[in-house]
Amino acid sequence: MTRSLLSNAVMIGTMGLFGLGALTSCGTKATNAATPSSSLATDTGPLPTIEAQLTDAPLVPAPITRKKPAKVIVRLEVTEVVKKLADGVDYTFWTFGGSVPGKFIRVRQNDEVEFHLMNHPDSKNPHNIDLHAVTGPGGGASATFTAPGQETVFNFKVLNPGLYVYHCATAPVGMHIANGMYGLIMVEPEEGMEPVDKEFYIMQGDFYTKGGFGAPGLQPFDMEKALDEKPSYVVFNGSVGALTGDNAITAKVGEKVRLFVGNGGPNLVSSFHVIGEIFDKVYPEGGSNTNTNVQTTLVPAGGSAITEFKVDVPGNYVLVDHSIFRTFNKGALGMLKVEGPDNLAIYSGQTTQKIYLPEGSTVQEMPKSVSPLASVATNKDMRVDLGRTLYAQNCQACHQAEGQGIKGAFPPLAKSDFLNADVNRSIGVVAHGLEGQIKVNGEVYNSTMPKLKLTDEEIANVMTYVLNNWGNKGGEVSLDQVKKAKLSYKH
Amino acid sequence: MIQALLIITLIFGGCLVAQAQKSAPAAMVEVAGGTFVPLYGSNNQAVSVPGFLLDKYPVTNSEFEAFLAANQKWKKSEVKKLFADAGYLKHWAGNAEVGEEAEKLKDSPVVNVSWFVAKAYCECQGKRLPTVNEWEYAAMASETKRNAASDPGFYQRSLDWYSQPNPKYLPPVQQSFRNVYGLYGMIGLVWEWTSDYNSALIVGESRANASLDRQLFCGAGSTGASDVKNYVAFMRYAFRSSLKPNYTVTNLGFRCARNASVKVTASR
Repeated sequence: MTRSLLSNAVMIGTMGLFGLGALTSCGTKATNAATPSSSLATDTGPLPTIEAQLTDAPLVPAPITRKKPAKVIVRLEVTEVVKKLADGVDYTFWTFGGSVPGKFIRVRQNDEVEFHLMNHPDSKNPHNIDLHAVTGPGGGASATFTAPGQETVFNFKVLNPGLYVYHCATAPVGMHIANGMYGLIMVEPEEGMEPVDKEFYIMQGDFYTKGGFGAPGLQPFDMEKALDEKPSYVVFNGSVGALTGDNAITAKVGEKVRLFVGNGGPNLVSSFHVIGEIFDKVYPEGGSNTNTNVQTTLVPAGGSAITEFKVDVPGNYVLVDHSIFRTFNKGALGMLKVEGPDNLAIYSGQTTQKIYLPEGSTVQEMPKSVSPLASVATNKDMRVDLGRTLYAQNCQACHQAEGQGIKGAFPPLAKSDFLNADVNRSIGVVAHGLEGQIKVNGEVYNSTMPKLKLTDEEIANVMTYVLNNWGNKGGEVSLDQVKKAKLSYKH
Repeated sequence: MIQALLIITLIFGGCLVAQAQKSAPAAMVEVAGGTFVPLYGSNNQAVSVPGFLLDKYPVTNSEFEAFLAANQKWKKSEVKKLFADAGYLKHWAGNAEVGEEAEKLKDSPVVNVSWFVAKAYCECQGKRLPTVNEWEYAAMASETKRNAASDPGFYQRSLDWYSQPNPKYLPPVQQSFRNVYGLYGMIGLVWEWTSDYNSALIVGESRANASLDRQLFCGAGSTGASDVKNYVAFMRYAFRSSLKPNYTVTNLGFRCARNASVKVTASR
């Protein structure tokens, strides 16, 4: 008893001393942290204060009409969220503002920015921000190193106009960027930007998942693939399909379109290209010089480009990284839908997508690891479900999201007489490919369908999906039926 | 004598320890001493870690409730801002009780606690917070190996956990991963306070503090690191260096340590 009291006394005494020491040394630090610096030197006098309007891709904040600099308050929240990376594939993204890429920030040269970085309390990790538009060590990274549940503030003056990348720079930096922590900040020159009809925000990024492209489920980050710079996905705006189908960007014939293009990397450099368009003007690397009449512009990792073009002819224009395997096999594909009257003098009606077919639209080199992971369907509903993902990955690029095909190039699967007349024949086409002339719903098609490397199970699923959609006759394709049909229809 | 002690206790806001001391040794495991190369702070030299005792589990919400019952000054309403920020115990509905979520949370690790209170808690039990080196050394262990730093399976699992957002309810400490020492939840549960958590960055020389290569930012984070491929360690060091001692974080808890030699005197 005595001994334990004595040891208590010693311990309490020690604690008291240590506590006092801690109080003085750490008290100073706490005070520093609590007072954001407000003494930014300026020779222009007090500026009007504006709260920045931030947007999610593909939207861009309205152009700046101010003729004078302002104090702009930017509030950006960091969250770690599970979202879709591709159909059936989820990923834990680390984000500036809830999605990838981060919110678009738009300011004017010589503005003074008061930047607030909030790290959501549910975040697992600390984060910070390095804005390439900042002049100063770390681009703001050291001033904004923020633990979960904290907020940091720093001020900077934007001296140089241009389109700049921002990103998280917390160690291990590559992983923070690979998880989606990047976005764009546009610093408009004092004289402003030439007005256009449409502006969009497009940002490329490479992703490294444990499973290969299309492997389903919540996929973890694969560090080895990241170190080897071999991504499983290369995408625009954070996921496969973020800019296609209903998400496609749109314009009308005659409009002038400006794309703010960024590349978060972390590893790959983008050869940004819009199929069927020529950039009338490009600001290479997001700087002040311009280049005209450009087909493909290089966008460095951690860099940008501004491209401008007038759309003259209606149709779908496909945005790609012209390192083209990334487009067809890793997801780097977006779409600009242009509506309006035809102009046959400029364009007579052949699809530009056809150009890419011979280069291998395909899944012939798909990693084998995809199939073992796939679940096995036990009923028709499951087949339809699993088939939907397979369709999106293997068929949709040509036969389109609603099975409508592209007239003259890719036959429709919707209400298809060719399909409904003989399902087994179509199974054979999927299994063995098809070359030559066929007639579908009264239209003649004469092209090549590549042989798809699908398992029998996958063929059963994708065929069941197609049969039960878009006005087709329904029913379930069984594994047995696939095996038999493959034997009887060797094209 | 007893009166004098009482006064000292009152002056220093003291703590009640008897109950905690009785149960402590049983809930600790011995981590045999050895050497390892920490990611930062040793110029790539192996450092020696003498054997020590470490709590089997991180401190739970119910254990922390008991501590508050005996130590009023750490209740939410009493605590000084200097010692714990506004998020202190924010997952508790009560001032000194978990409240309505108690059933779900009682055996989960306590989080939203500052370094000051973690330190006070441990000292009240005659223990201390582990050092970064002790913690890192003990955390290298997998189920079967003391040093699993180069085991790809163990490494990927750690990396996966660090990449996932927090669950709504942290699981009970007993259900978490148990390593070869018998320590639960070193990986996969919560981040944990250490006594010298920010020593990787804060060096005495002020110019060095200000220069970029001392900080874990961008490519600069790799200078001075012993193993630039050890992302899980990077994440732990980065997390720690983002902290200040009054910070409270939704996934940051703690467990206590004790010198191996103290065990002998305490148990007799």
